[in-house]
Order: sequence, then structure tokens, then C-alpha cells
Amino acid sequence: MSTVNPVEPSDVASVDLASTGGRSVTRKPAISPRHRILRLFNSSIVTIIVVILAIIWSVPTLGLLISSFRPGELVQNSGWWTALAYPWHFTIDNYQQVINAQGMGRAFLNSLVIAIPGTILPVLVAAFAAYAFAWMKFPGRDWVFIIIVALLVVPIQITLIPILQILTGVSLTGSYLAIWLAHTAYGLPFAIYLLRNFFGELPADLFESAHIDGASHVLIFFRLVLPLSVPALASLIIFQFMWVWNDLLVALVVLGGNPNSTPMTVTIANMVNSTTSNSNFQVLASAAFVSAILPLIIFFALQRYFVRGILAGSVKG
Amino acid sequence: MALTTTQQKLPSRGRGKSVDLNSTNLFAWIWVAPAIIFVAIFLVYPTVQTFIWSLQNANSTKFVGLKNYAFIFSDPDLLEVLKNNIFWLFLATAGTVILGLIIAVLADRVRAESVVKALIFVPMALSFVAASVIWGFVYAYQPPGEQQIGVLNAIVVAFGGQPQGWLSNSPGNDIALMVIYIWMWTGFCMVILSAALKGVPAEILEAARCDGASEIRIFFGIIVPMISPTILVVTTTMVINVLKIFDVVYTLTGGNYHTNVVAMEFYNQLFNNGLGNFGLGSALAVLLLLAIIPVMIINVRRFRAQEARR
Repeated sequence: MSTVNPVEPSDVASVDLASTGGRSVTRKPAISPRHRILRLFNSSIVTIIVVILAIIWSVPTLGLLISSFRPGELVQNSGWWTALAYPWHFTIDNYQQVINAQGMGRAFLNSLVIAIPGTILPVLVAAFAAYAFAWMKFPGRDWVFIIIVALLVVPIQITLIPILQILTGVSLTGSYLAIWLAHTAYGLPFAIYLLRNFFGELPADLFESAHIDGASHVLIFFRLVLPLSVPALASLIIFQFMWVWNDLLVALVVLGGNPNSTPMTVTIANMVNSTTSNSNFQVLASAAFVSAILPLIIFFALQRYFVRGILAGSVKG
Repeated sequence: MALTTTQQKLPSRGRGKSVDLNSTNLFAWIWVAPAIIFVAIFLVYPTVQTFIWSLQNANSTKFVGLKNYAFIFSDPDLLEVLKNNIFWLFLATAGTVILGLIIAVLADRVRAESVVKALIFVPMALSFVAASVIWGFVYAYQPPGEQQIGVLNAIVVAFGGQPQGWLSNSPGNDIALMVIYIWMWTGFCMVILSAALKGVPAEILEAARCDGASEIRIFFGIIVPMISPTILVVTTTMVINVLKIFDVVYTLTGGNYHTNVVAMEFYNQLFNNGLGNFGLGSALAVLLLLAIIPVMIINVRRFRAQEARR
């Protein structure tokens, strides 16, 4: 058996299709012109549907984007879509206010210093654990796994008071280390759950052939499991980075008021709260886009790891 | 390709500790130990603390047994909170997972895949406060006759209708809040499902198409069964996430107008500067933990079945 077939045996339809599939790759039946036109038609319908969905999805964001370029008094008194008609009243004041805010440059660096280890650490710790949960047998394994994943439901708010007591006890409050550790812990349940699922789906043949070659777990983990799980790791990194980057609550509690280590979210929140006029929607809007730039860059950068067929040809008889 | 090179580099037989998948491996504890330590300190300890509080009175001075739990299930206001949470649980979970799956599958076959996915993903990348501002612009209400600055009411008025208080008219306001949640979290479901979709071999899809299978049949007959483990992961994550839904409700209605949910209520009880009931708030939080037990059982069954197939 050369191909991996994770299809449930109970599913008659899929097994049927999958097995005929194996044969027809070599057979390559000719596609009739009628069929081809139908497929072209279908694919343009799909494109249209997808584009319409994406546009609907973007309307609220577009409203925010336009508002971020409008003067405050107009945002309060007229709909954002009126800005699209002549005469235009656009301004970049809001962005200038955000970028030139007291300590914003420093806050950007702080956010990076918090988010990079805050992403790498949990992904690494979770990958080790997920590998053991997926491919090792040890007593109590299922219980430990259930408990860790079940902790996903624990609302962060209930952990804050006890955690603050512990961190104060070891005088770590206000330090980068404290916030790295906190983000690692909060990110672990989801990371372990997601990775255990993807690792578990890797074909067992792979491990057996590695076993015959005498490979150790460490070798299999770094040389096989991690490279073959790149799409899963990429999606995990995207989310973990984004969550840490956008976090306000944990930063407020763990870092306290330490002005030297506050991330952008805290600086922005302070700026918005301290603006005297009550109409600071437009400043908030521009701040939202400024801080969303980096997560979006990472999203685009990691898109290329979402590739089909990473497993193709990995298992050989 | 990655593997052929790796296989050459593997050490020869006999060197290093070889893998045996079927025997018990106590070294596994070393692999999971870092995770366990983190989780024990930051999550288990506070949870145990909360559980103890849930058995005590309002200011944690007296043991009261299950009285807080009994109160939750008898108080009409709290019963409404539970009802709202269940409503959320079904609609918001279904909304995000189904839309995420549809978009992932459709986007997979268009050329502009990464642009489309990015547009759906953007709401996730925006901070939550920004999202609430955005939807403030969508749902904003002005009295009839005044200029509407909210998109929805502007459309309604343009068609000759009366402006609606989307966030204050119960029961529709629950749905209005869920739309925001779905808007934010569909991107999450889409990205993870899309990572799983890339694992479905192209040859199988191509072959099924050559054999004349309709796209609908391919979707239900091949794609869904093959990525069903990931669908379960995404659904479980959404169930858990929706159970503790807080941000959307907190920033847009504060739990007023009959939109209150469990996490909002325990937040009020725990952090209401002395006015709240610590025992009751903790009991509500513990209730969330109990609620996911059935979901976890389904997951463990699935993992056991996966192992049995190896």
C-alpha cells in the first residue's frame, strides 16, 4: 500500500471514490468538451461567490478604515459612507496622533519583545507535549490530556488574582519573563490540542519505517514530525502571535504600570482614555490599523506554508 | 522529498534509543513535563481556588456546600443567563464552523485564495476594542428623523423603514451580537480547516472529478470525512470559546437588554468592588468547566479510535 488512506472504512461513498481514484490517475479518461465548459462555468461561479463573501465581510472593516481618515466631528455626525461622496474631507491627523503619541516607538519594540518569545515558547513546549500525547504510551496519558485541553474553558479573568499573588511572591511582576511565562501558559491548551490532532494524523507507516532505521524519538520529532506539520505550525504561530500582540488584559495585570515594558495595546488604551473629547472613535480606528499591520504581515508571510501535498511521497512501501 | 533526504541521514540501526510505539514509555513524562508545570501553576491552581470559592459564601468566610449552584438553577435571572448561553452555544458555534468550512473549501479553488483568506482573517487581527467600534458604526441608532450614522439603520431608513435599536431590542439583539462574534471568528475556523484541507491529496479530488462525481458529492464524500478530525478540533475550540463568551457582550451591551451570559455575570459578581458575590461568581465559572465534559469525552473517543486504526 503506497498511499495513505485515512478515510473511515464505514464511509462507503468515500472509500469507493478514493479507490477508483487510485486507478484513474494512470487511466486519465478524456474529459468531454461539455464537461470542460461546465467546470469552467462552475469555477467562475465559485470565484464570484467567494469574492462576494469577502466583500460583505470587509464592509465593517472598510467603515473603520474610512473613519480612521476622517476628522472627529464628521465621524460623530454622519455615516462613514458619506465620506465617499464629493467633497472629500480626509485627514491623516488621526494616524499622526497615534504614531507620535508619547512612547509609541518604545511600545512597538516592547510589543515585539513580548510577542516573539510569547509565540516561540508556547509552540515549542506544546509541540513536545503533543508529540508525546500522540505517539507515546504512558500511564495516565489520556487523563492528563483531557485536563489540559479542558483548561481551555478557564476564563483568564479567574486566574489573574492568584497569578498576581504568585508573581509578586517571586518578585517577577513587571518583568518580561513574567509576561512570557503567562502567555506561554495561557496559549498551551489550545496549542497542544491543535498539534496533537495534526501529529496524530501523520501516517503510522512513517514511524514504523523510522523505527526500522533505528531512529530515536528526538530524531523523529525534529526530522519528521515538525517538517511534516508545517501548515499546522504555521496556523498556530499566526494565532498565538496575534493573541499575544493584541493582548491588553494580561499585560495590564502582569506588567502593572511599568512604563518601560508596556506594549502598544496598553499605550493605545491610555491614549484613547486620556483624550479629552469623548469623540475619539477615529483615533481608536487608526490605532487599530496601525497595530493590525504586523499580524497581517505575518499572516501573509506564512501563507506560503499552506501548501498541498506536504505528505505526498513521504511514505514508501 | 524532505523525507528521502532525512532517511539517508538517519543513524544506522542500533545507535540511539529506537522507537517502539507499542510499549509503555516513561520517558514520555519528560516530553510533557514543561507543559504540565506551566499549566499547573497558571491554570490548575487558580481553577482549584475558584472551585473552593464556589462552595463558600459571598465573601469566602463560610462553607455553604452546593447552595450557590442551587441558586443558579432556581433564580429566574440566572436561568435566563443560562438560556442565553445555550442559545449562543448552538448558533455561534454552528455559524463560525460552517461558514469557516465553506469559505476554506471555496477559497481553496480560486486564484485569489490568499487575498480572500486575508480579508476574512482581518477581523481576527484587529484588536477587540476596534471590532466593537466597527460594529458600533454598523448598529448605531439615531431617533427617527435624524441622520442615521449606522449602516444598517441607514439602509432601513432609505427603504422607508423605521430605524431599529439593533442592540436593545430583545430577542433580536442576541443575534446581532452573535453576528459580530461570527464575523470575528470565522477567519480562525477557516485558517485551521484550510491547513487540514491541504492534506487532502489532489490526486483523489482530481480522480473523483474525472469519474464525474459532482462537487457536492466530493465535498460530503471525500473532503468532509478526510478532514473530520480537524472539524472536530475546530468545533470543540469554538464550543469552549463560545461558552466563555464575554468581550462582545461586555463592550456592546454590558449584559443589558436580556443579553446577559455566564462569563459576563461572573465577571460582575467577582469584580464588582464588594457588591458582588464571590461564591456565586465562582460557581458560574465552575459550571463552564462542567459543561465541556461531554465534548471532551467525544474527543478522547476520537483519539482512541484514531490509535486503534494504526
